[in-house]
Amino acid sequence: MLARLKSSWSYLAIAALVVALILAPFHWFLGQYTTLMIVIGIYTIVTVGLCLLMGYTGQVSLGQAAFFGMGAYISAILTTTYGVNPWLAMLAAAIMTGAFAYIIGSPIFRLKGNYLAMATLGLGLIIWILFKQLNQSFGEPDGISGIPYLSIGGFVFNSSFRRYFLVWAFCLVILLISQNIVRSRTGRALRAIHGSEAASESIGINVNQFKVKILVLSAVYASIAGSLFAHHVRYVGAQPFDFLASVKLVVMAVIGGLASIWGAIFGAGTTHILSDELLLRFGDWDVVIYGLILVIVMIFMPEGLFVKLKEVFERLRLRYRQRGTEP
Amino acid sequence: MRNYLKYAVVLVLVIALLALGGIGCSTKEEGGATPTPAATPYKVGALFASSGFNSTLGQTQKPTVEMMVDQINKAGGINGHPLDVIIYDTKSDTATATTLANKLIEEGVVAIIGPTSTGESMAVKTITAQANVALVSCAAGSVIVEPAGNNTWTFTTPQLDYVAIDRIYMYLQEQNITKIALLTDTAGFGAAGRKWLVNQTMLSKYGLTIVPDGDQTYGTSDVDMQAQLTKISGTAAQAIVCWGTNPGPAIVARNMRTLGMTIPLFCSHGIAFKSFIDTAGTAANGVIFCAGKLPIVDQLPDTDPQKALLEKYKTDFEARYGEGTANTFGGHAYDALMMVVDALKAVGPDKAKIRDYIENNIVNWPGTGGVYNMSPLNHNGLPSDAKQAMILVKIVDSKWTWLQD
Amino acid sequence: MSSAQFVQYLISGITSGSIYALVGLGFTIIYAVTKIINFAQGEFVMLGGLVSFTLIYRAGIPLVPALFLSILIAAAVGAAMYLLAIRPPKKASVVSLIIITIGVAIFVRGIAGQVLTKEFISLPYFSSEQPIPFLGAHIDTQALWIIGTMVVVTIILHLFLTYTMVGKALKACAINPVASSLVGINPKTMALIAFVLAAAIGGIGGVVFAPLTFMSYQGGIMLGLKGFVAAAIGGFKSPLAAVFGGLLLGIVETFVVAANWGPFTSDYKDAIALVVLLFILLVRSGRLAEEERAG
Repeated sequence: MLARLKSSWSYLAIAALVVALILAPFHWFLGQYTTLMIVIGIYTIVTVGLCLLMGYTGQVSLGQAAFFGMGAYISAILTTTYGVNPWLAMLAAAIMTGAFAYIIGSPIFRLKGNYLAMATLGLGLIIWILFKQLNQSFGEPDGISGIPYLSIGGFVFNSSFRRYFLVWAFCLVILLISQNIVRSRTGRALRAIHGSEAASESIGINVNQFKVKILVLSAVYASIAGSLFAHHVRYVGAQPFDFLASVKLVVMAVIGGLASIWGAIFGAGTTHILSDELLLRFGDWDVVIYGLILVIVMIFMPEGLFVKLKEVFERLRLRYRQRGTEP
Repeated sequence: MRNYLKYAVVLVLVIALLALGGIGCSTKEEGGATPTPAATPYKVGALFASSGFNSTLGQTQKPTVEMMVDQINKAGGINGHPLDVIIYDTKSDTATATTLANKLIEEGVVAIIGPTSTGESMAVKTITAQANVALVSCAAGSVIVEPAGNNTWTFTTPQLDYVAIDRIYMYLQEQNITKIALLTDTAGFGAAGRKWLVNQTMLSKYGLTIVPDGDQTYGTSDVDMQAQLTKISGTAAQAIVCWGTNPGPAIVARNMRTLGMTIPLFCSHGIAFKSFIDTAGTAANGVIFCAGKLPIVDQLPDTDPQKALLEKYKTDFEARYGEGTANTFGGHAYDALMMVVDALKAVGPDKAKIRDYIENNIVNWPGTGGVYNMSPLNHNGLPSDAKQAMILVKIVDSKWTWLQD
Repeated sequence: MSSAQFVQYLISGITSGSIYALVGLGFTIIYAVTKIINFAQGEFVMLGGLVSFTLIYRAGIPLVPALFLSILIAAAVGAAMYLLAIRPPKKASVVSLIIITIGVAIFVRGIAGQVLTKEFISLPYFSSEQPIPFLGAHIDTQALWIIGTMVVVTIILHLFLTYTMVGKALKACAINPVASSLVGINPKTMALIAFVLAAAIGGIGGVVFAPLTFMSYQGGIMLGLKGFVAAAIGGFKSPLAAVFGGLLLGIVETFVVAANWGPFTSDYKDAIALVVLLFILLVRSGRLAEEERAG
């Protein structure tokens, strides 16, 4: 009985979320924050991938922004210099980024812990340096401009309002796909690996193969987000993909909860509301706060902030209900 | 079964989202001029890099605008309407700049001044053009406003990059220098400059050649250029032209002294800051750069059409913010703001009319950067003759001296 | 390349290599004693430079006391980092600790930028600003200070670790933490000492480096990374190996740029360290993995 009630709770919660999302960009509701919400949507997509990666492989990626950037740059270059259809470019970017992740996946996962983290850091930086070079080859010194809008037939996504729905449609679909994966056989294997790699190996799970799969998935997600980013901002420079950007993604994942899916919205949302709204006039203090968040959250709730909040909420709810049923 | 029901409903909602997005297409952002009753403020947007790697350029721009808004409002505003400039910090990041540009447009500004750098301007101009909001940039990249026909909504106030190079090359020729080496920053300002520095037409115009191994670059955050300079010291270069913004050129100047190099160093207006002299110390002496007239305003003859304006700007700014703080980059923001203010005075808060005014009525208009003559074919407005547009400054005894030729 | 140019490149390489060596020393000390990679190591160097600048130019403190004071402050920050961020989490996983040290790094960097200064700063030379001619090339007097300091620090550290009680306890803890605690060495105290030492050495690096070049609050990342490469070349085992690693990296960096070899033009200088890093990690991945599982 409890289980069914619980599932109808989450059912209601998701429905309420979707309704709020649909109503948000209208100017009588939250319309003035449309651009902010587009950005949150885009980063949620990247964060989900990172949450899954960090949660299920137990490793940290300090270079996730590189995949994000690859999606953005490939889309940008293909659509500006080569006039490729934006949707095809997005697909091509996702395939290329995924392939790249696949190739580096095996050697990378032979490393563990600190060394893996350093390797992701190094790779992320190398790719960032490459982006700066791409600027010069394909655009002006600081970036590539003139990226076209996405469009379906004659319908062009040339307003924040339209792009909002496009981005969040992508976002929700990706969240649902992720949830599906987690509940499937692959998901069970991943959770087994997360529990104990040695035990999983002993029952025949090829641990490395799964880790690489998750890496590729996170890379593809990030690439799609990157393409959406390119067609939203219409200008791609190297700065949004530097080391600090990767650290910010880790902050989003940590707030959202490693291995959490819907928590990613929370993670991406809180960081952007913090940076782009609350602390907008306070220069770079948001970075200081991110550092604090990382330290405090990892010390006291290493599974992630959102996950911990859910736990606390659950415990309070159970205690409340128990008091109600006690004679 | 229940699971499938849940997924089906959510899927339907997703489709509904997309459909709604399609139907809601008629909802566009606020456009056109809303009638303004008596004392409604005139809203102008401003984007400056007050933090981040472009902050050396941007840090005097926000204070300049705040100072001018104060002055204007204390004098009664624009035709009785208070001037409200919403200033956002782009943090030198192009993505942030575009998000903030969108935000400003959503907030209903009638024009936007800034951003600080060419990269940010290139990113922002597509957004402002699409929203039919005039952008008066404070960046020097010629790509921002050329060709003017493709950039009807975009203007810029600093001297354009190729004009600066023209000026330096002109002087080199006058000094009978034929072989040069380059040392440029790989990002933004430096890279844009390099494109013109290596331009064959530009080089041949002044009889210059770049020596083999003489085209060196450095990264924006590099703190040591000795390797590049050591290479150059092995060439026949008679002078080094360094293009970039602080601290690069200051490091170059110091490294040259460390290596005992005696050939002259020429820089861009990117070093027109007191901090260049502070950081390079005694190594700054002898460096020659091109700039607007502000650094040597006290050495100008009284007949100069810009002198009074420059002196007032410098005095006001330094009275408010400290001695030696005024520079040409704050001046670019001053020029951009005052052009918009003049437009508002004449035509009121109408976005299209403001654009038209700037394009057609900013004629013989003295600013800190020069005397502007905007036109449908020229959205920068400064003279194309480099000698008129920029002057040369030599650093002597840690002070700026007007180098007249 | 003329012989004068060769000597010049060598001097450049050894100078920057000395700084990488100092940073690498810090990494090695902390890792040896606690098995933690301190991603905030570069920030101690940055603090050395920026704090001295603030003390000299904003608080008017004379050069020499300011330098010592800033090294002390860097050491204090190291102690605070350990006590507040590293010691509290019980049984933190490796990944958690990585994220924590990164959090500390960006926190320190952010505070330095907001509170101290955002500009690129430099310090006055310790001695004459005129370079000394040497074998056809020139050595900056500050470069001599840098190289000299690195040598002195390395020697003192070696003596400390070999001949003092505390030093020997540190070494014991590094070799076998369980056994050392059995003989009464408190691993927590050793860890604290390790952090303080590493931070102080980093601060010293910042203080001698700042006059020669420019530092900003963001300089810590690349310095930290290159110091990590230095320590990695040295296998994270011995301080001397880290010094060797640092010098090697500095020299390789300079000569690759000088030779204009392949895609490594001057703005790719930083990429060289990264490539070396990845190469080391790949080559030693097998052995490193073993060590992680055992240690």
